[in-house]
Amino acid sequence: MLHFESWKITLIVLLCAAGLAYSAPNFVPRDSLEGVPGWLPNQQINLGLDLRGGSYMLLEVDTSSLIQDRLQSLVNDVRAALRSERILYTGLGIRNSEVTVRITQPDDVQKAREAIDGVGTTVAGNVFSAVPERDIAVSVNGQNITVVLTEPAIVARTQSAVQQSIEIVRRRIDELGTTEPVIQQQGTSRILVQVPGLDDPQRLKELLGQTAKMNFRLVSNAMSGEQALATRTVPTGTEILFMAESPDVPVLVERRIMVGGDRLVDAQPAFDQQTGAPVVNFRFDSTGARQFGEVTRTSVGRPFAIVLDGKVISAPVIREPIMGGSGQISGNFTVQAANDLAILLRAGALPAPLNVLEERTVGPGLGADSIAAGEIAAVIGSVAVVAFMIASYGFFGVLAVVALTLNMAMIFAVLSVLQATLTLPGIAGIVLTIGMAVDANVLIYERIREEIAAGKSPVPAIETGYNRALSSILDANITTLISAAILFQMGSGPVRGFAVTLGIGIITSVFTAYTVNRLMLSVWIRHRRPKTIYL
Amino acid sequence: MRHLKLISDDTHIPFVKFRRIAVAFSLLVIAASVALFFARGLNFGIDFKGGIMIEIATDGPADLTQLRATMGGLGLGEVQIQEFGQADDVLIRIPSPAEGGEAASQEVVNTVRAALDDVVVEYRRVEVVGPQVSGELVRSGVIAVVLAMALMLVYIWFRFEWQFSLGAIVSLVHDVFATIGILCILQIEFNLQMIAAILTIVGYSMNDTVIVYDRVRENLRKYKKMDLAELVDLSINQTLSRTVITSGTTLLALLALFVFGGEVLRGFTFAMIFGILVGTYSSIFIAAPVILAVGVSRDWSGNTTGKTAEGKSGAKA
Repeated sequence: MLHFESWKITLIVLLCAAGLAYSAPNFVPRDSLEGVPGWLPNQQINLGLDLRGGSYMLLEVDTSSLIQDRLQSLVNDVRAALRSERILYTGLGIRNSEVTVRITQPDDVQKAREAIDGVGTTVAGNVFSAVPERDIAVSVNGQNITVVLTEPAIVARTQSAVQQSIEIVRRRIDELGTTEPVIQQQGTSRILVQVPGLDDPQRLKELLGQTAKMNFRLVSNAMSGEQALATRTVPTGTEILFMAESPDVPVLVERRIMVGGDRLVDAQPAFDQQTGAPVVNFRFDSTGARQFGEVTRTSVGRPFAIVLDGKVISAPVIREPIMGGSGQISGNFTVQAANDLAILLRAGALPAPLNVLEERTVGPGLGADSIAAGEIAAVIGSVAVVAFMIASYGFFGVLAVVALTLNMAMIFAVLSVLQATLTLPGIAGIVLTIGMAVDANVLIYERIREEIAAGKSPVPAIETGYNRALSSILDANITTLISAAILFQMGSGPVRGFAVTLGIGIITSVFTAYTVNRLMLSVWIRHRRPKTIYL
Repeated sequence: MRHLKLISDDTHIPFVKFRRIAVAFSLLVIAASVALFFARGLNFGIDFKGGIMIEIATDGPADLTQLRATMGGLGLGEVQIQEFGQADDVLIRIPSPAEGGEAASQEVVNTVRAALDDVVVEYRRVEVVGPQVSGELVRSGVIAVVLAMALMLVYIWFRFEWQFSLGAIVSLVHDVFATIGILCILQIEFNLQMIAAILTIVGYSMNDTVIVYDRVRENLRKYKKMDLAELVDLSINQTLSRTVITSGTTLLALLALFVFGGEVLRGFTFAMIFGILVGTYSSIFIAAPVILAVGVSRDWSGNTTGKTAEGKSGAKA
């Protein structure tokens, strides 16, 4: 048991050296690593959001609003289809996630059914079904026709909405100029966002909290917003919206969208040349520019509402036709608000609102404090354990401490190389490992003591000690490893960080406390050839 | 220099003799924990209950009375405000709004920020957990603990006999109940970290139990005729020094964490310190007696001959 073949010695020494080398970058300032060539260890441990500060958000695409939008457009399609076939109908609308309509003439029902059926399309992207799946299902009950969205249609729509949302969230976050944001899909309709090191997490939330659906519509000239609000009736084709700045000022705008926000190709914050107020300059693509030119040409003198997420940002009066395809939005913005609006417009609109299911934001101050506290605890814990081990086992205790030190180095090395994330509970896991890692040494040493007490001479006693302790060491560590593995699987965020360090610590500690320790002891025995050992 | 010895080399403490008292005591503790859990309950944090937690740093010692008045005026339900570690550090807990779901929680955060902006130097932490996520966290937490225990049992069953597996589960359940009991008494916040703490306790206690069982198994092979109670006592005494030293080093490390590791980790470390103590107790006083109660088959197939002579030389009994 104490004999090592030379290739094994080489391997063990190499592993320990690698552990020391790869943990080394963590003990120098980060910026001093810039000049280190790529073939040298130069990676530091990735700190979690709770240590470096930052925001974690779990967002969910609002699928019900997605479905509602789709149903609304389905109503429009059905209306158009029935009109073009000159079929009379009543009561076209959405009821309980279904589109229902009553056909006036019983003779028309079959024709109506076919017309409505023609509105649907096939669901794209489903490679597994032999028959292309329809996105709507039409059913007839007497003169009533009901249209529902099929399951595959909803799934496909959700999937594409999530993909699209991720892209837009990414564009918005990139505009903040942060490093290494993580944006990924979770489950069917969720998006996980992790943005480290933000000065103002609130701003991130404001940017992600807006759908940013923008469009340009004419303000109705039938009556004023106040009149409409007072009479509680609105002329057909119009609706009452409120000003974004002052939520109690109503504006009566036409429902018809003259130019959609998807026609925007650029938006930049700027300052108005006359007033000096912050504004947003925008530019349309060629279609948008043509539409914009057409509206401004035919409606000179009328106020033109710029609507963002159902609120009117501003409604300037059109003074002259604008043919160039670019314009300016002014709306009593602060510099930041103008900046953010430009970001939102450039990044594009989300297909559906995002709900924040979970948010965890840690300020940089708390993160730094946590690191400092963790370091102090680790140092004091180590000193206490080292003192205790040396007091208990003397020279053998020193060997255990060397193994412990190597163990710490290897934990840091593995964390650095895997780029695993170290969290505050992760630091706790390391400190806990300091306490538990010596267990293997304690088991072995206690066993050696017993064997010596039973009258064995040093070398056989040591050999038996290692032999007998091995099964206990493995059993004990495998059970803890099971805990760590399950925590890793089930846990989230910081708790997962605890599982990572605990798991790595268990594996490295068996290697250092058993194998490395045994090698050191075998070298010592070969050089000293002790007749008795004092343990 | 003499080495420090917390436990002398040759102890003969009759642990098994105390088993009735220990079992009675433990049953009492478990019953009390269950009663406390239902009567007083755990102080669930926002991870499991949903809600909003905001930690703020103030300029100089925080005026909690003033803060309570400000927050009380916002009509956000039962708001808890407490000093967190330092005088200029305040933790505010706000329940999830009853209506309006996830979006309403964000509204609350905005309202609070607007109200506190004058006194706050830094928002150290803002955590919002919606009802949907908190439900999922409860579920996955419970699954994690149950799954971990089940897997360990399977492992023990595989490595030992079913009697050992039973002893291990009884002591694990004991440890988890006792820990939950103390958390109920002290009303320490039960959050996600606590699940990690409980799983660590389960792992550690299992570790401790396995060491004792390993020795019991070894002695079963060695001393074929020894009375089981005597054999269990011998095994516990033989491993006692290790048990105490390892618990000692682990507790030293955890104490350092408890005292110096900062406020965020305090509850977590406390639970682990308590759990290590209970786990050590249970592997000696609960896990071992269970084997006595159910008995073990002493016919270890495949290991029948040739060991006895070698075993005798190492025997001290």
